[in-house]
Amino acid sequence: MGDTVLWFILVFDATLRVSTPLVLAAFAGMFAERSGIVDIGLEGKMLGAAFGAATVALVTDSAWLGLLAGIGVSVTLAMIHAFACVTHRGNQVVSGMALNIMVAGLAPALSLAWFGQGGQTPMIEEGGRFRPIHFPFADRLSDVPFVGEVYSELISGHNIIVYVAMGMVPLAGWFIYRTRFGLRLRAVGESPEAVDTAGISVAGMRYRAMIICGILCGVAGTYLAIAMNTLFIRDMSAGMGYLALAALIFGKWKPLPTLLACFLFAFADAVQARLQGVDVPGVGIIPVQAIQALPYVLTVLLLAGFVGKAVPPKASGIPYVKDR
Amino acid sequence: MSSMGAPTQAPTWVTHGLVPVINLVLALIISGLIIAAIGEDPFEALGYLMYGAFGYPEAIGYTLYYTTNFIFTGLAVAIAFHCGLFNIGGEGQAYLGGLGAGVVGLLFGHWPSPLVILIGILAAASFGAVWGVIPGWLQAKRGSHIVITTIMFNFIAAALMSYLMVEILINPGQQAAESRTFEAGAFIPFAHDILPALGVSMGRSALNLSFVLAILCSVFFWFFMWRTRWGYEIRAVGQNETAAVYAGISPSRAIIVAMAISGALAGLVGVNEILGVHHRLLMEFTAGYGFVGIAVALMGRNHPLGIFLAALLFGTLYQGGQEIAFDMPRVNRDMVVVIQGLVILFSGALENMFRPRIEAFFIRRPRAVAAAE
Repeated sequence: MGDTVLWFILVFDATLRVSTPLVLAAFAGMFAERSGIVDIGLEGKMLGAAFGAATVALVTDSAWLGLLAGIGVSVTLAMIHAFACVTHRGNQVVSGMALNIMVAGLAPALSLAWFGQGGQTPMIEEGGRFRPIHFPFADRLSDVPFVGEVYSELISGHNIIVYVAMGMVPLAGWFIYRTRFGLRLRAVGESPEAVDTAGISVAGMRYRAMIICGILCGVAGTYLAIAMNTLFIRDMSAGMGYLALAALIFGKWKPLPTLLACFLFAFADAVQARLQGVDVPGVGIIPVQAIQALPYVLTVLLLAGFVGKAVPPKASGIPYVKDR
Repeated sequence: MSSMGAPTQAPTWVTHGLVPVINLVLALIISGLIIAAIGEDPFEALGYLMYGAFGYPEAIGYTLYYTTNFIFTGLAVAIAFHCGLFNIGGEGQAYLGGLGAGVVGLLFGHWPSPLVILIGILAAASFGAVWGVIPGWLQAKRGSHIVITTIMFNFIAAALMSYLMVEILINPGQQAAESRTFEAGAFIPFAHDILPALGVSMGRSALNLSFVLAILCSVFFWFFMWRTRWGYEIRAVGQNETAAVYAGISPSRAIIVAMAISGALAGLVGVNEILGVHHRLLMEFTAGYGFVGIAVALMGRNHPLGIFLAALLFGTLYQGGQEIAFDMPRVNRDMVVVIQGLVILFSGALENMFRPRIEAFFIRRPRAVAAAE
């Protein structure tokens, strides 16, 4: 019994770790899409940020400067996306894809040239990484059944980005639904004409949304390189940007459901890693690939309206042309 | 508003020749600057690239082998573009196509060769078509966005193939997740086995008769798009869905047909890779070719001739990139992926930045207006 409880606590612990970059990226996508810009470039921004963060953390031995660099790279990419999609009314999907592909090539190309270790950076020393934060008495309470275990295993012992990401969710919800900026953001994604008529710049709103999107993706990418891992590896975002996109759709572009979708997908991942080859009583061996494919299958079913209905912001994907 | 009789369109060679070339040159200049920033000589790199792609017979063979894949995926993306759809699922469709070809190779490899190959081609096309038509159907009938669905289908394909390769199709008693080698009947002949009989000497390379299939597909593509009613319907829906409906065209049928053919074309990558080169089923043979198709279709402006040239360009980059990596240890083939991304950025996402200006330069000012001023 105690073992089962601990097993679940450890699975939830892993869920929290995996869901952090997902939550950050999905919320990045939420700001972009709520403003009317489809961003399939979450993946590329994360990967670029991971590379930037790892490189700067390696050189300066400072995790915080690494974070700044990660955000810088990601925001730059977001601005290129905005320049193509808002200023030049380019195809948003094509632009996102272009940036994803460019980063997938550029990051390993630069790390080969700078560090000469294939497509990855050397290991980053402790000073350049975000270390786990141990809460007071976590060690001493770890023997207390349940409450102590939850406290010391699940709540304590993560790095600062995990706590920031989780704390950000209510903040983002408040921001989108309770502030003037949030109202305008939602309006510009549903009905840009109305926003324009009210004398607010549609392009300005969308650029601002993309800056927020860039910042969040930057934190997510930084987390991958110098908090979850200890170096940059080629393709280390491993489709997480696309999974975040799926979570965003699954959460119907709303903060709380999106958070839950991220937890669900991360939970599936954590369980999958522990079920490899394990004979589950009454079920048998579950193929890990089935669990891996689950988030994508669910998203397809949801989009098709077989389970619920996902309706994107009305103006998302459509460049705004001011009537003359 | 333009006045009567005045040419309002730029000449074809500008729209279809000059603009793509300028986009390419821009992408190459930026890549050159990156190589220079790394501390290598971009012109030296270009020299290695050309030598690696065309300098010796084997190189030409490999260049054309890559070109084959890019023609398939470029055409696949292009037919969807003609219908106003963005098919990012080429990677998954190619993966499934390879599965179809591989299953035929494993089951019927002992049959007479031309028959097995024909069935293999049909299987690859149908498997790919199924993987394209489901997102197409979901878009047409259920309104789910095809971009998202095709992305999801890439991941589902990867999981499916991983399961099949690891659990079912793996050759027993071996570590790598690969099937056994097919019987010889399923091998598509290599160019270096056929051409000498025709008096052409040819180095050993991966180039095989799939290249001919790619050319045939290009011709079929042109005929289908511009000479059949179905092609017309697809283009009509792509240009203006509302107008197409008034013309009595069913958009959902056009979408489904376009995605079926798109998936089938992408699936044929499996023919080149599995029956043409590897002769066994293995994982991750698609190697991003599906994504290259996006750049190829955009550069080739969705026309088979342009797609051939763009595919040849990327074939050159892929094969020549190997040579650069060999001679310049600080530059690897990832630079080619950068160029690919930049080409998509300039000729796709930023097409409105230069094209209107370049075209405007070539559009003669209507004389009547000039006289009136």
